[in-house]
This record gives sequence, C-alpha cells and structure tokens, in this order.
Amino acid sequence: MSVAVQGATGQGSRQRDPRPGLMERLKRSYAKHWYAYAMIAPVVLVLGVLVLYPLAEGLWLTLTDANSLNAARKIGVNEIPASYHFVGLDNYADILWGPGSYDRFWSHFVWTISWTALCVGLHYTIGLGLALLLNQKLRGRAVYRMLLILPWAVPTFVTVFSWRLMLADGGAVNGLLSALHLPEPGWLDDPLAQKAAAVLVNTWVGVPFMMISLLGGLQSIPAELYEAAEMDGATAWQRFRHVTLPGLRTVSSTVVLLGVIWTFNQFAVIFLLFGANGAPDAQLLVTWAYRLGFGQQPRDYAQSAAYGVILLSILIVFTGFYRRWLARNERANG
Amino acid sequence: MSTTTDRPTPRAAARTAVPAARPAKVRGRGESGPLAKTLMHGALILASLVALFPVAWILYVSLGPDKTDYLHPGEILDKITFSNYRTVLFDTDFMSWFGNAFLVSGVTTVFGVMIAASTGYAVSRMRFPGHKPLMWSLLVTQMFPIAVLIVPMYTILSRLGLLDSYLGLILVYSTTTVPYCGWLLKGYFDTIPVEIDEAGRVDGLSPFGTFWRLVLPLARPGLAVAAFYSFLTAWAEVAFASTFMLSSDKYTLAVGLQTFVSEHDAQWNLMAATAVLIAIPSSVLFYLVQRHLVTGLTAGASKS
Repeated sequence: MSVAVQGATGQGSRQRDPRPGLMERLKRSYAKHWYAYAMIAPVVLVLGVLVLYPLAEGLWLTLTDANSLNAARKIGVNEIPASYHFVGLDNYADILWGPGSYDRFWSHFVWTISWTALCVGLHYTIGLGLALLLNQKLRGRAVYRMLLILPWAVPTFVTVFSWRLMLADGGAVNGLLSALHLPEPGWLDDPLAQKAAAVLVNTWVGVPFMMISLLGGLQSIPAELYEAAEMDGATAWQRFRHVTLPGLRTVSSTVVLLGVIWTFNQFAVIFLLFGANGAPDAQLLVTWAYRLGFGQQPRDYAQSAAYGVILLSILIVFTGFYRRWLARNERANG
Repeated sequence: MSTTTDRPTPRAAARTAVPAARPAKVRGRGESGPLAKTLMHGALILASLVALFPVAWILYVSLGPDKTDYLHPGEILDKITFSNYRTVLFDTDFMSWFGNAFLVSGVTTVFGVMIAASTGYAVSRMRFPGHKPLMWSLLVTQMFPIAVLIVPMYTILSRLGLLDSYLGLILVYSTTTVPYCGWLLKGYFDTIPVEIDEAGRVDGLSPFGTFWRLVLPLARPGLAVAAFYSFLTAWAEVAFASTFMLSSDKYTLAVGLQTFVSEHDAQWNLMAATAVLIAIPSSVLFYLVQRHLVTGLTAGASKS
C-alpha cells in the first residue's frame, strides 16, 4: 500500500508543494495523510472561501457601525470607500439591553424558541406516528408512503405559495371552516393567527423528513427483539417503550438535532408566507436579521450580522449541551 | 405450540375485538385485527389527504383563467382552461429561467455530491489530524443563519468576479448542500464494510481507485439521496438567487416567479401555473430516487 501511495506522490497527481518552513512532524503527517487531505481539499476550499471568510468578515462587521450609507459602494463610475468605524461591542449591547430591546430582540427570541420547540415536537410526534403506521404490514403502504412524502418532493416555495392562497381571506381553509361553522381567523393578518399559520405550514413541510428517517430507523430494529419481548409477555405499549424507542435512539438524536438547527434557522416558510414586509410579530430571529440587513433603508449591516452571530452562538451552545446530555444518557442506559 | 393453534391467545382476542367464538387464525407478528387495520388505514388516508391537498389545490387553481379565481374556487370548474400555461410558456421568459435553473441545479448536484462524497469517504475511512474539527465544522456550517452571510458573500463574489455568473451561484449553493451531504454520505460509507477497501488495496488499487471503483458504486442509495437533496435545495432557492443574479437573462425560476407579483397587480393565476411547472422536474427526480430514500437517509442518520 505504501508503494502505491508513494508512487502516486511521485507523479504529483496533486500539485501541493510543501510550504517552506514546515516542521518535520507536519511533513511526515502530510506524507502519511496526503490523500485524505487531497480528498477533503475541495470542500475545505469552498467552505473556507465562501463560509469561513464571510463569517470572519461578518464578525468584523458586528464590531462596526456599518450600514448601506457608509459601506463601500459604487455609484455610477465613482467608487466610494467604506467610512464606518469600529464601535466595539456596542451592537451587542444595544441588541441585548439597549432601549426597546424587548420589542426588537427578546420578543423574537421567545417566539423563535417556542417556534423551534413546538415545530420540532410536532414534526417528531407526527413523523413517528406515521412511521409506525407505515411500518405495519398494510395493503397499499407503498402508495401511502409516496403520498405522504409529497410535501417534501415539491419545492418549498411552491407549496408555501399554495398555502398562502389557501390561507388568504376567502381562501380554501376559511371556506372549509365556514362550512363547518367555525370561526375564521385572518390567518395572514391577525398576529396570533399568523403564528399558528406559520407553525401549521412548517409542520406540514417538515414531517416527511422525520417520517422517512424514523421509518428507516424502525426497519433497522431487529425483529427478534420484538419476538423476545412478546415471549416475555410485554404489552404493545411496553414493546414500544422498551424496544422501539431505545432502538430509535441514534436516529432520533441525529434527526432531532438537525430538526432543531433547521427549524431555528427556518427562513423560507416565514419569508414566503408573509412576504418581505408582512407580519412583524411572527418574524423569527433569522428573518428579522434579514429584514434589518435587506428589508429596510438604510440597510443595517452591522446589527444584522450581530443577530447572525447571536443566533449561531445560541445554536452552538445548544448543540454542546445536547451532545453532553446524549452522552450522559448513553452512559446511564448502557 | 401446536396445541394452542386452534384457539386464539387471550391477548390476540383482546386486540381483535372480534367475538372469540369465531376461531381466529393465528396472526403473524406485525399483523393486526380488522378494527385496528381500519383505524390505521383511516389515519393514513387522512394524513395522505392533508399531504396531498395543498399540492392538488395549486394544480386546480392554476387552471382558472383569472387572477382572483383562488378566492372563488367553485367557479373554476366551469371555466377550466390551460391558458395560464400557454401564457407562461410562450409569453414570458419561462423557458430561459427554466434552462438557467436546470443548469445551476444540475451542476450544483454533480459538483456538490462529488466533493461531498470524497470528503465523506475521507472522514469515514481515514484517521487524519483535523478529522474531528472537520466533522464539527460541517455541522456548524449548517447552523449558519445563511441569510446573514449574504452581505459578506456578495462582497467576496464581486471581488472574485463571480457576481451575476452561474459559477458563483453554483459555488454558493454548494456551501449549503455539501455539509449535509457530507454527513449523510459519511454515515452511508460507515455501513460499507472496510474489508471491501482492504481487498481493493490488496489488488493494487490506490486509495482513490478504491473509492472510485469499489465504494462509490456500492453507495448508490446514499448518493441518490444526496443528489436529490442537492438538486431540490438549488432548484427552489430564492434568497441567494435574487441577490446574486442581476441580469434578467440569468434569472433562475424562483427569481423569475417573483416578477409576476412585483408589478402593481399580483398575477396569482400565472404564478400558480409556473409553480406547477416548477414542481414537475423535482417531483420526477424524487420518484426516481424514492425507493432509495429510506435506506440512504437512515444510514446517514443512524451514525452520529
């Protein structure tokens, strides 16, 4: 094997000149792992240039008072250089406890947290319920599965657009509610109904992913475990509680984490459902940050980026705790 | 066991709710009584209807000729017409938007899945310094409120001269698809036995040869899911496309669609027809990969 590797290095199939001044240890590590590095190089390059670098620049922006009036820009042929200043942590202080910080930040913060908890909870329970049903030996379950995946197969902006038409005043949803003599909330106008509508649509959009992932998890649980449990006289609930749920643990922990991240940063549903300027109360932190940076004049780049950094920190802290909690559970349950 | 076959076990009887007098045949595990079955079918039918309805609805609305028809859906039945589709296909730039979106999503899919696969393979098989941080950064990248990165990304793309170009958009989309695909494929590669790689090495294949000739063909379900995810992400993306594509001949579908509402009146009927046309290619792709979906996704999800 080492022959093949050295031969390949000799040919220089990857032009990667070792930089001068590299320590011997690094050189050896490079000789040993160069193919691993070659394989990850494209991803590292793309992510580095288009994510890490913008992130670094975004971090710098949060420490300034940059907005669209003082950032570098082009008017006709004239290049106007950037004229914003370093302001330290003022942006963060202003967001977190400046005047009006409740309306600007904390109300959206509370809503984002409840939105995430509510949506992921609904995704998971409904997804698990449907996955359990699809895992039964039922006639036509392939058809059911195809239909149930539909919300995922059709692009989000198409389905959200359809929901928008359905939720509009006099649209299909209120038509149905009035036929049933139920109250007809103004789904796209009333603040509380807006939130309900957003949760409804996002649940509809997100369930198929959970359902399919959990279905895969269910199918990977060995049937012998169920047989053994049945032999021991376990009831259906006990089998669910002590065989199904533990068997799903690894799948669940991953999809819940992904679900939390994706729901927390859910941009498309809110943005497309309420348009660029509607529903100020139903804005999540991420759409609110976008609105600060793009939806108003002058565009407040610095605050928008500061929101982004705060969002990212919340998620990283959450992930850290979540993983620690998982590890502890793992140890506790063996 | 043979002595008990002629009478139902007490538990089975309790579950079936069928009079015990009827000699029930012994059911295999996973089969349930008729009542339970009806309930399950009922729940699944209800859920399927909920899943289907919005999609069917937009299909239906797209057949109404007037822009306010969605408010009186009953009237559409009397005047069903394909005129919206005719307008969209022949009187707008739909075909050029479609071509642009197809080009961008197609290249994003191929490029993104390829680099995600090589990364996933490296992370799955090789222990190199920086292995852990790489997995972490793939996860953290997904946490980025990507909307916030648009400003710096815009500056960087304009510095690289990639603004308003297909390549720029493809690279930006790759940054959103690759982290998840890399994770997914890493999980899938983990389920392929290492012995296969070792056999390849023994036969004199280089690490790349092993990856390309042996492992990739085996990972087809995972690749199919990753490709589907990438295509769908790029196909339906709005925020980046509308910020980075400046000239109207480079618009993708999601951007072009917005031109129907940006005027003083919103042409909902045309939007509905366009939306349906947009949904067709991705749904076709979806049903091509859907038999791989369960295995491909779960392999990625079950290994954390």
